[in-house]
Amino acid sequence: MSVVAESTLDAKVPSGPIEEKWEKHRFEMKLVAPNNKRKFDVIVVGTGLAGASAAASLAELGYNVTSLCIQDSPRRAHSIAAQGGINAAKNYPNDGDSVMRLFYDTVKGGDYRSREANVYRLAQVSGSIIDQCVAQGVPFAREYGGLLANRTFGGAQVSRTFYARGQTGQQLLLGAYGSLMRQVEHGKVKMFPRREMLDVVVVDGVARGVVARNLVTGEIESYAAHAVLLCTGGYGNVYYLSTNAKGCNVTAAWRAYKRGAYFANPCYTQIHPTCIPVSGDYQSKLTLMSESLRNDGRVWVSKAADETRRPRDIPEEDRDYYLERRYPAFGNMVPRDVASRAAKERCDAGYGVGTTGKAVYLDFKDAIARDGEDVIRQKYGNLFHMYQKITAEDPYHVPMRIYPAVHYTMGGLWVDYNLESTIPGLFVLGEANFSDHGANRLGASALMQGLADGYFVAPYTVGNHLASVKLPRVTTHHPAFQEAVVDARNRTEKILGVNGDRSVDSIHRQLGHIMWNYCGMSRSAEGLKDAMEQIRSLREEFWQRVKVLGTGEALNQNLEYAGRLADFLEFGELLATDALERNESCGGHFREEYQTAENEAKRDDENYCHVAAWQYNGEDAAPTRHIEPLTFETVKLTQRSYK
Amino acid sequence: MSELNLTLKVWRQAAHDAEGEFKTYRLNGVSTEMSFLEMLDVLNEQLIAENEEPVAFDHDCREGICGMCSLMINGQAHGPDNETTTCQLHMRRFRDGDTIVIEPWRARAFPVVRDLVVDRSALDRVIAAGGYVSVNCGSAQDANALPVPKQDADKAMDAAACIGCGACVAACKNASAMLFVGAKVSQMALLPQGKPERTARVLNMVARMDAEGFGACTNTAECEAACPAAISLSNIARLNREYFKAVLTSPR
Repeated sequence: MSVVAESTLDAKVPSGPIEEKWEKHRFEMKLVAPNNKRKFDVIVVGTGLAGASAAASLAELGYNVTSLCIQDSPRRAHSIAAQGGINAAKNYPNDGDSVMRLFYDTVKGGDYRSREANVYRLAQVSGSIIDQCVAQGVPFAREYGGLLANRTFGGAQVSRTFYARGQTGQQLLLGAYGSLMRQVEHGKVKMFPRREMLDVVVVDGVARGVVARNLVTGEIESYAAHAVLLCTGGYGNVYYLSTNAKGCNVTAAWRAYKRGAYFANPCYTQIHPTCIPVSGDYQSKLTLMSESLRNDGRVWVSKAADETRRPRDIPEEDRDYYLERRYPAFGNMVPRDVASRAAKERCDAGYGVGTTGKAVYLDFKDAIARDGEDVIRQKYGNLFHMYQKITAEDPYHVPMRIYPAVHYTMGGLWVDYNLESTIPGLFVLGEANFSDHGANRLGASALMQGLADGYFVAPYTVGNHLASVKLPRVTTHHPAFQEAVVDARNRTEKILGVNGDRSVDSIHRQLGHIMWNYCGMSRSAEGLKDAMEQIRSLREEFWQRVKVLGTGEALNQNLEYAGRLADFLEFGELLATDALERNESCGGHFREEYQTAENEAKRDDENYCHVAAWQYNGEDAAPTRHIEPLTFETVKLTQRSYK
Repeated sequence: MSELNLTLKVWRQAAHDAEGEFKTYRLNGVSTEMSFLEMLDVLNEQLIAENEEPVAFDHDCREGICGMCSLMINGQAHGPDNETTTCQLHMRRFRDGDTIVIEPWRARAFPVVRDLVVDRSALDRVIAAGGYVSVNCGSAQDANALPVPKQDADKAMDAAACIGCGACVAACKNASAMLFVGAKVSQMALLPQGKPERTARVLNMVARMDAEGFGACTNTAECEAACPAAISLSNIARLNREYFKAVLTSPR
């Protein structure tokens, strides 16, 4: 795959001072009159924080919403697994937080590769999100006076993270799900669980519906509407092992890409520093231990490379608290990309712990000595419990072993300031878009972004689209739907027809190895070229050797899985291409050729201070790399420092 | 780490309206470090190699929070461990030579879709009947304007931790959903935000629960024992109190 010439994209960022852009834009956007809203149909794909909040909010406004999800219930979307918390610039602790500071921290945390105007808006609406969630009955942690509690997260020097034990994502999602089910009850949302979107239907250049497979009956169904919202999450499972749920996939985004939506910054993937290490070849997923643990846990390895003592027998003077050593200002609370690379550096240098040598210690000894076991249990009880379940070790007495794992993907479909993709009428929200986190997301910001997009941005910008674009009546009888249905059916039959000798899972594991080894925590031009070659040949192998039993006319989980893997096998190559073309290191994208003398990521602002957005040009053609220049008017571009 | 050789008796049912049966499989070399679902993954790889369709089972997050996984394991919902979902159950809990019987949730309100997969959408419909605060986006006051006593907030959180897996229903001899409904009613009854709709909520949710075919509660507490999220039986007591209060005071 080579790269075709670049052209520039317009993000439609409103003019004026950054503080006034959103307010000004809200006034300039067109409205749909209250009694006209019921004439418009909107499809929302996915029911995570972004999807559920958008579907509920649009229905509350009066639009007719169709909501699809792949799980058996909308309450199970992967947002539910977020543990630590949600950021908001409330400044309740009076410790110096503000919209400007949250904005600044997020831009800096993203290594200056996000769009300023979007991030500022995110910080502006962050407070309203907390208000909305509390009003829904989300049981956030509280102080004894009855007011909301906060804690600190990586990349920040203020306490702005709201949390509900270690289950913040679950509680926020159940709040949004409640609002969604309320609209289902009112008849304003038609809910279709166990549906997988297989195509976006574009009529006269505008997104007018989707085609989805009913996962129970196998039927390919058509849904027509005036606008389509993709809230379909990230693509971390391209690595096979990740902290994502097993069902997370790139299919919806990839189909949109193939219909004309540009894919932005696919190489920006987040490797989370605190996950339970891999224990064997059968491993099906990795489990995150919330970043909040770094508030009280200290990360260390032995100073000796050939250490054989048990952790408790290693005296203080023989321990290397390498994060505190390297980054005295932030210590254990450096951003995720920095902490992950530092762990990898120690393990690669031979200081790793545990049977595999691919782990470092996260130790609560000092915190327990200081605060007592009860206080630590109150804060992290469910996380310690989970750790013990999985490893059969007691973290109250033995330090946790942790290692980085793929967790979140900052890249996604390109969207403008309105969260609209390059296909008019196709909006992309939450992790599925690329806009707010740059090259590295800060902890507790994913929940904030998903809900900001769904509650406070899309309800306005989707209305603007409906009010300003002429949308003639389109039904599912339109030839574009018929064509998409035939495509989807053919694809299912093609997979079933291979009848080879390799299981879907074995091929996915192999893809995961390639991605992790060459496109993981550190990347090189040579390795990336190698990876692209290997992905291409694995893709060919898939279409010659994959073995999927059963039929397409029933619940067939292996068939679903094969379809998702087929898309990952195409997408993986784009990820590697993007990584190869970005000749700099920034955030989660670390190119070995571009590092400072102290092995920190070295950006190239002169040549790469832009978003790379990829356009699909057909099965055998190279994609076009478009750019959106990033201009920093408010935050000064500097070398990120957490020292 | 050691390895187990197991005999699995797994419920196989091609479709909702098809006849089901137990099939017996031998599975050797199971690592004790595996989760229960990873063991089923290995079984499915073996079945695919032998040209038999893999066993369908629901699962997603595999970290105990999404509530998608289920399974009756040797007659116990989510298997033998306390406060543990099937995905967090590990094979070190079993012994070499064990026979493990694996069934889907059994309840009238949860029809079998295929093999071990059931349809739990009845739980969504119960929530739709009132398991929320009716607040439109944009109309909320400042989050700290209404203090909530910490002990109430903590109790509400205990109840809100329900993952909606349906183990309580599966474990109950009457397939009652009282623990599930009690958890949601309690969460809202404990918080000031839930007060305005308190009466209608409990009446509507209980009516919907009955209409969906869930059975009655006899306080046997099997539900509490099976619950992976440690939802307490006291939530059923609170549900009963809320319900009586609502019946006596409701104008309907």
